Amino acid sequence: MKKIPKNVKNPYFAGTILGVVLFAAFALTHSGLGASGAISRIHVAITKLFWSAHVDRVGTFAAMGAGNRNALDHPSIYLLIGTFAGGLISAWINGRLKFEIYKGSRISNTQRLIFALLGGIIMGYGARFARGCTSGQALSGGAVLSLGSWAFMFSVFIGGYAVAYFVRRLWND
Amino acid sequence: MLPIDIIAELGKAGGYAVFVLIGAGFGIALELAGFGDSRRLAAQFYLKDMTVLKTMFTGILVACLLIFLSAGLGLLDFSQLAVNQTFLWPGILGGLIMGVGFIVGGYCPGTSLVATASFKIDGLFFLVGTIVGAGLFGESLPSFETFWNSSFTDRYLVSDWLGISIGATVFIVTIFALVMFYAAEKVEEFFKYKDTGKAWSWKITRRPYLYGAGVLVAVAALIWSIGQPDPIRKWKIMESKYSGQLATKAVFIHPLEYVKTNNESTIKLITLDLRSNKDFETFHLSGSENVKIEDLLDAKFVAPLAQLPPQGVIILLADNDSISIKAWQYLKVQGVANLYILENGLHNWKSLFADKQIHEKAVNLASPSAEVLQLFPKNAYIPKIKIGSKKRAGGLCS
Repeated sequence: MKKIPKNVKNPYFAGTILGVVLFAAFALTHSGLGASGAISRIHVAITKLFWSAHVDRVGTFAAMGAGNRNALDHPSIYLLIGTFAGGLISAWINGRLKFEIYKGSRISNTQRLIFALLGGIIMGYGARFARGCTSGQALSGGAVLSLGSWAFMFSVFIGGYAVAYFVRRLWND
Repeated sequence: MLPIDIIAELGKAGGYAVFVLIGAGFGIALELAGFGDSRRLAAQFYLKDMTVLKTMFTGILVACLLIFLSAGLGLLDFSQLAVNQTFLWPGILGGLIMGVGFIVGGYCPGTSLVATASFKIDGLFFLVGTIVGAGLFGESLPSFETFWNSSFTDRYLVSDWLGISIGATVFIVTIFALVMFYAAEKVEEFFKYKDTGKAWSWKITRRPYLYGAGVLVAVAALIWSIGQPDPIRKWKIMESKYSGQLATKAVFIHPLEYVKTNNESTIKLITLDLRSNKDFETFHLSGSENVKIEDLLDAKFVAPLAQLPPQGVIILLADNDSISIKAWQYLKVQGVANLYILENGLHNWKSLFADKQIHEKAVNLASPSAEVLQLFPKNAYIPKIKIGSKKRAGGLCS
């Protein structure tokens, strides 16, 4: 882990910006931040292109995009577009805009991409199971002191620490 | 008074533009913290780089302090904020699954977006994975839907669980976060010094961090000492927002509308009778509940009323409308929706139905059936009840 760029901001500084943005989200929109809801909506929209009858049939999909309902016509999608744009702008300004694959040095690029996809699938599944991801549940729910969000937050860390040892090869130098 | 409903204020296009701006702030914050790099995120789980924990808890703490400070000062109505509903065990299990996904894939949904935006291919693969995973969840849900909807409590705060005030909880959360920050710094130092051979100590070496911690503790103590506004103080702050509904009589309903609503199977009607216990014993509407006005200042009593499903309607009645109005004010500022007053209480109730008969029998006064309505002209009253379908609890995760 020696190659991590040094020019990132102090975590407490970045965290303070994050907190102010989160507060602004609550003050202006009633709800906090989120990403997994929008990701689920993208899934529904894609499925609908090929198999709209299926969207009408599966309960959680139908709630987002049944009939002539447009799954993408939702604030969370615009928040996602903004998050993408913000990441792009900041990476560009800070010189981190570069095609690359981040990985531990002991695995190949192909292995890394397979595990990234696999991890993403597990994460996407878990985020729907928990009704929100790190941003929607942990950050937003944590700030308004929701008990479920705090329990959730600790279980994410527990889940990660419990498995970390067994997958250390993915990340070790 | 905050929060404002940006889509209602600016229209859909303008509101969505604000969501894009908020998202941009979010993306910038994540990118600045270095969260576009899976190695940094994964390092959290090997205790070598605690950036994730530090940034996340700083974000939560700063937002939490801002929210409850502004709520305490009467600038923000906390009852109007979306609080994630608690589904305790599904949340915990989902969290554990996510933890595994996190360490295997190196990102979480938000950070993979930022990684993808900065052209990291592994971020893109992870993001595609989350889309697939979300789909698999929907497909498999029917087999465990009962569990998924179990251990549910709407709007259940850490303070409710601990049985202490919000202010005290905020203070505890602040101290907890600072202890974690301290531990995170020391763990990082431990691993760093292990390689270089430098002596490790318990001391806090960075002065700015001490000052920062001092500020946070001071703000938390301030929040605790001013407390959160009680309904009486809150009404004074928010009067201008809601008093119009009382002045225009928009929330006063006619007895016939009560009968109509009470007979609608899709509506869950709750009637709170504020008259004396003696009057209540003599006669009351069937299904109504005898309450004292002081009960409505008790957060425990009000919580279930504020968490009714969207089709829940609450009707207040009293000997005197001024009492109903006071009750309405108390409940309104605590976030109770679909709240109405039975105009003149039960004073006109009996006389209204006195000479009416259904199937040659007198009307059941405690619970008039819907047939009674046919005995009156259609325009006998102006309907006031509007069922708000707005559900705030889901937030952006749904």
